[in-house]
Amino acid sequence: MNKTWNNKAWWMVLPVVLLVAFSAVIPLMTVVNYSVQDTFGNNQFFWAGLQWFEEIVNSERFHDALGRQFLFSAIILAIEIPLGIFVAMNMPNKGWTASLCLVLMSLPLLIPWNVVGTIWQIFGRVDIGLLGATAEKLGIDYNYTRDIGDAWFTVVIMDVWHWTSLVALLCYAGLQSIPQAYYQAARIDGASKWAIFRYIQLPKMRGVLLIAVLLRFMDSFMIYTEPFVVTGGGPGNATTFLSIDLVKMAIGQFDLGPAAAFSLVYFLIILLLSWVFYTVMTNLDKQER
Amino acid sequence: MAEIYLKKLAHSYLPNPQKPEDYALKEIDQVWEDGKAYALLGSSGCGKSTLLNIISGLLTPSQGQVLFDGKDVTHLPTEQRQIAQVFQFPVVYDTMTVYDNLAFPLRNRKQDEATIKARVTEIAGMLELSADLKKKARGLTADAKQKISLGRGLVRQDVAAILFDEPLTVIDPHLKWLLRMQLKELHQRLNRTMIYVTHDQTEALTFADQVVVMYDGYVVQIGTPQELFERPEHTFVGYFIGSPGMNLLPVKLDGSIAHIDGTSIPLNTDYQPKSGAKLELGIRPEFTQLSPTASANSLPVTIKRIEDIGRHKIARAEYQGKEINVVVPEDQSVSKDYKYLTLDPNNIHVYADGWRLKQEAAA
Repeated sequence: MNKTWNNKAWWMVLPVVLLVAFSAVIPLMTVVNYSVQDTFGNNQFFWAGLQWFEEIVNSERFHDALGRQFLFSAIILAIEIPLGIFVAMNMPNKGWTASLCLVLMSLPLLIPWNVVGTIWQIFGRVDIGLLGATAEKLGIDYNYTRDIGDAWFTVVIMDVWHWTSLVALLCYAGLQSIPQAYYQAARIDGASKWAIFRYIQLPKMRGVLLIAVLLRFMDSFMIYTEPFVVTGGGPGNATTFLSIDLVKMAIGQFDLGPAAAFSLVYFLIILLLSWVFYTVMTNLDKQER
Repeated sequence: MAEIYLKKLAHSYLPNPQKPEDYALKEIDQVWEDGKAYALLGSSGCGKSTLLNIISGLLTPSQGQVLFDGKDVTHLPTEQRQIAQVFQFPVVYDTMTVYDNLAFPLRNRKQDEATIKARVTEIAGMLELSADLKKKARGLTADAKQKISLGRGLVRQDVAAILFDEPLTVIDPHLKWLLRMQLKELHQRLNRTMIYVTHDQTEALTFADQVVVMYDGYVVQIGTPQELFERPEHTFVGYFIGSPGMNLLPVKLDGSIAHIDGTSIPLNTDYQPKSGAKLELGIRPEFTQLSPTASANSLPVTIKRIEDIGRHKIARAEYQGKEINVVVPEDQSVSKDYKYLTLDPNNIHVYADGWRLKQEAAA
């Protein structure tokens, strides 16, 4: 068959190229641009090579923030995933109570990040907050502005409060899709509750759990607003996660070069981790077959 | 292994059933013999799944009892009854190997690994799954998965009955036949009571010793395939079993003479129907004959069309607006000029309100 070659067809791709260029490539490239240049003001820039990257990658400040970030993500995943599964398994599966539960579970997801931060900021205050004041009355020493442990506790609990619903709702959807025949077969086979969970519910939730873990990991790794509103990264630098540190550097200190290098390294870390994560999970899936 | 006694059993999904229509399963009182294969046959919504769920223990009947070998199990939960079930869609434990799947019911019952191994190997051999034992169950085909479901029932020595809930629904047509043969063979070898729910008459008739035909919550007839063919107790059985089904014509009775819209047909016996009942004459297409010339008691019909289906031809005839199917053997000729239909008097049945009238004079 004779195909007619017409290179004019490339013009059809132009709108997409433009869209991607203006929404992603050009903004990203300006960051790249800053990351390899230095300035002494007056909008005069000169080439700095990989200096900023070397500085960031070797800086203790970055290492600390990265460490805090991993710790935070690990803690909230370790709490939210099992808790979400547990909640989903104990939700009613039909009737008006099921609808009520679904609505109540969705509520935290609908609250803007800023508001969540403010709610917890006030909730934890020792003078007027329900949590803080009650703890004070009970004689428990709790103060998230002073104590590192208390600050972490507040930030973690806040994230769990905000996002466990998402995991629970995803798991709930996964559980609902299991046909009744599986449960009947398991009863006939004399399976215990644990065996039903281990061999039916967990394998069937695998897909949604993969999504839940990925979403929660990426999201928590990029967390900014809530801890910023509650603790402002303190006390000291105790809750200064990567995003908070980046903003401090870029906007607070106006160190555009290092901040740009920071951004790129940060971006690459998230990209790499997500890719590793996804590959490992899907490969596990293939091995099972 | 066990005999199953369904004692005055009935079920309604309503809390306070009053009328017969409230019951999804009308009262039955039957003994199903140990080691036989039963098929529950009927169209969707006839109550066959209700009956199966009562036997398996997923449903508690609103009245009556279920007894396995004389032991009342009506209120026992599924796991404490000695039954196994194969579902419409294959149920396997995805993450386990075929071996672990088959061993699962025994492991749950805390049997030792040596016994389990012997048992699983034996059953896998029977089901021709030996080569797949080390594979993950989820990668197998639908028919292999159904075999695993069946195998999980077979490995247990204590199983009283194996229930099948339309197990061949998702199997490819050419494998259906094969699997059905294997099932039948297994049944003959193991001699376990099997109960098989289906709406496919071929499946029911080839698999079962006894076919239980259900219609609108009633068990309308229990019998061998031959009995169902020769003496349908209900018009539903007549029309549901056989291809094409039984011809039914409204009649008026006058002792042993049937009047069909002006034609009189002598019957073998006297019938004494209740007055006011809706009477129908039933005859299978296999027992009717077309001929080009009129004879005594023949019905004048018009032939709408003739279908040649290989083994025989089916003539679609019409008499006074009522359709009548006629099976014409391969070696006989037929054409649109064959306008007279005779009925074999030995195979005519008369139905009052759907139920077959007993031949009182003969008794």
